[in-house]
Amino acid sequence: MRLAPLSLLLALPAVLLAQHAYTPADIEEGGRLFRTNCVLCHGPDGDQVPGIDLGHGRFRQTYSQAALVKIIQNGIPGTAMPPHNLEDFRAEIILAYLSSIATSGRAATGNGNAASGKAIFEGKGNCAGCHRVRGVGSRVGPDLSDIGALRRTAEIERSILDPNAEVLAQNRFYRVVTKQGETITGRLLNLDSFNVLLLDSKERLLSLQRSDLRESDFMKDSPMPSYRGKLSAQELSDVVAYLNSLKGL
Amino acid sequence: MLTTMTRRLTLLLTIAGSLSAQVTFDRLLNAPKEPQNWLTYSGNLMSQRYTPLDQVTPQNVKNLELKWLFQARSLEKFEATPLVVDGVMYTVQAPNDVVALDPVTGRIFWIYSYAPSPLSRPCCGRINRGVAIAGETLFMGTIDAHLVAIDAKNGKPLWNTTVAKAESGYALTHAPLIVKDKVIVGVAGGEYGIRGFIAAYDVKTGKEAWRFNTIPGPGEPGHETWKGDSWKTGGASVWVTGSYDPDLNLTYWGIGNAGPDYDGNVRLGDNLYSSSVVALDGDTGKLKWHYQFSPHDEFDYDAVQVPVLADINWQGSPRKVMLWANRNGFFYVLDRASGKFLLGKPFVEVNWASGFDETGRPMRVPGKLPSPEGTVIFPGNQGGTNWYSPSFSPRTGLFYIPSWVNYSSIYLSGKQEYTEGNRYLGVSPRSVIGGMLAARVNTRKEDEGYGAIRAIDPMTGDRKWEFKMNDVTDAGVMTTGSDLVFSGGREGYFYALNARDGELLWKTSVGGGVASGPMSYSIGGKQYIAISAGNSLFVYGLRE
Repeated sequence: MRLAPLSLLLALPAVLLAQHAYTPADIEEGGRLFRTNCVLCHGPDGDQVPGIDLGHGRFRQTYSQAALVKIIQNGIPGTAMPPHNLEDFRAEIILAYLSSIATSGRAATGNGNAASGKAIFEGKGNCAGCHRVRGVGSRVGPDLSDIGALRRTAEIERSILDPNAEVLAQNRFYRVVTKQGETITGRLLNLDSFNVLLLDSKERLLSLQRSDLRESDFMKDSPMPSYRGKLSAQELSDVVAYLNSLKGL
Repeated sequence: MLTTMTRRLTLLLTIAGSLSAQVTFDRLLNAPKEPQNWLTYSGNLMSQRYTPLDQVTPQNVKNLELKWLFQARSLEKFEATPLVVDGVMYTVQAPNDVVALDPVTGRIFWIYSYAPSPLSRPCCGRINRGVAIAGETLFMGTIDAHLVAIDAKNGKPLWNTTVAKAESGYALTHAPLIVKDKVIVGVAGGEYGIRGFIAAYDVKTGKEAWRFNTIPGPGEPGHETWKGDSWKTGGASVWVTGSYDPDLNLTYWGIGNAGPDYDGNVRLGDNLYSSSVVALDGDTGKLKWHYQFSPHDEFDYDAVQVPVLADINWQGSPRKVMLWANRNGFFYVLDRASGKFLLGKPFVEVNWASGFDETGRPMRVPGKLPSPEGTVIFPGNQGGTNWYSPSFSPRTGLFYIPSWVNYSSIYLSGKQEYTEGNRYLGVSPRSVIGGMLAARVNTRKEDEGYGAIRAIDPMTGDRKWEFKMNDVTDAGVMTTGSDLVFSGGREGYFYALNARDGELLWKTSVGGGVASGPMSYSIGGKQYIAISAGNSLFVYGLRE
């Protein structure tokens, strides 16, 4: 009994941290950390390890938030869970991101047929006109060969319906106009004070000197069109199912 | 006969060599009179990082070519500025190998390898910024908080003094400063809840001569600026070399942030002498004056910049001043005899303070402090500038600052418990760009922050010109007697600008980020320019 107040005191800092209000940007950052550190074993929805569903707080036993932070940092000896070099706040925003999975809801799509989705991806949807999967398709957009291992179903669905909702820094498009009047757009590979490196729409690796350019800037919007209203609900489900099945080589 | 002559010649050369290799304190005081050498971290004790050498000019700088390079056997950042002393270059290969090189060919004379304790834990890289020399002895601070004296002729260690406890988070990363017969260092570790200090050691024996605690203890003035026991873990580290004024016999040092970095609630008060400059008696280490740039800092605004001393005509009268571009985004002019605040003006975007009261204390903007939901503060966590050496050219009268423009961070409030040897920060701020992925390739937008060299007129604080880079910079600046500015940046370019108008005159790719300051020397009537970048040291000279 005498120990109780002491443990309460010890737990206090962690409780204070747990009450920290996480901003959408924190949660987004937590998502990035999750994808970098956790997704390989736990899957994009956090439910890939049997008996564990990180997005819905289901573990093999009950843990406090502080204990989960320690597990992320120290791992669980004797299991496949390794330690991670993440400070408290970074571990906490991973947990904040995982909490957001539960509240952000599941994808609207479901019961899709991956084989049908592949046909739409390569046919009607013309997705392969920009995206590459396992060596087939264009390199102008992000390679999607492992998208199912990196992204949650809901996120894949959102990218199809609302491509501007999230564009990762490494996928931002860039537009230049040369002094001769030629307009070139493409994926920005490198930008420094003197040079711009692009993969242009014809998949050429270009190095342009900024002194030769009349205009140069990031493109405000993603070049990807929204497929809202262009695919039926079933077609959308099929494409999402196909993308979900892409787990890398 | 021939043998006798040879012996005489050898003897003469030996004597001449040994005489010239004695780096007396008088030589350090008069370093500008021997511009062929680079005798201290910043080139002279006024720390102007200005070379009077003028063989490389705005007209011929385009003819610079790589003469040699030294590849460090280290993947750490190469932050050291070499010394060149009477035909020998000395630099540090990270973490703590002193290397003596031929400054004409880059061939190695000797390497002294110091093995730091595995318990050392420098916050931000296992790096070192250079050595100091006195007599024929080199001095290096180590990441496990030792000060080592090394024979400049053969690289043999002469003495090794434990300055502080590495396992508590103390480290030495800057080049020491020689003042008379003492070698002065300060301790890094502001992210580990250390209690900072500056200490002087006898150059011959390594025995401690004096110590100045950068956080006053009980009974000392300034102690009341720390709530409770917070002074014991308040940081206030030192990790960039100070300066010295022989007329005033004062040595000046910039002091780092208070700890925990982002949680000021546990250390209510101004937290002296964190984020301050201190002027110490060169013989005793007694505090003569201080000026605090960022009272009660919660933004990691270390005042760890090189104190640049200049003798200028201030409002019609000659005045001994100190020029200081601070991490907090303000450019300052202080009277270095008294510490009087003469001028403070933002050199980048600043939103945490609106100006200064008549005493020179910054006026805080209400609400601009870490918060649970995050507060955007300009400049951000790395500051408007940082430890990167600025330069003052007595020819142009301008002050050149490696700057981070349009740069902010989101500061969050929150607590962290102190445990010895572990990081003690509070909650780390977040980048407005977000994510580690953004740093993978160089795709920064201008409104997300960019690097620049900004030339400031110290008389007014007004900007004369700016050289913009796409990415931010960790590179120092050197000016020359021919009105050139040398610098670099994270993009991996090393370049020369016209000191008068900032025009780009020459650039070369060094294949890795520049995180050091340029220096220059001359051998056999030929001027060389050296810069450490990536993992190598590059040396340039004019094409013949």
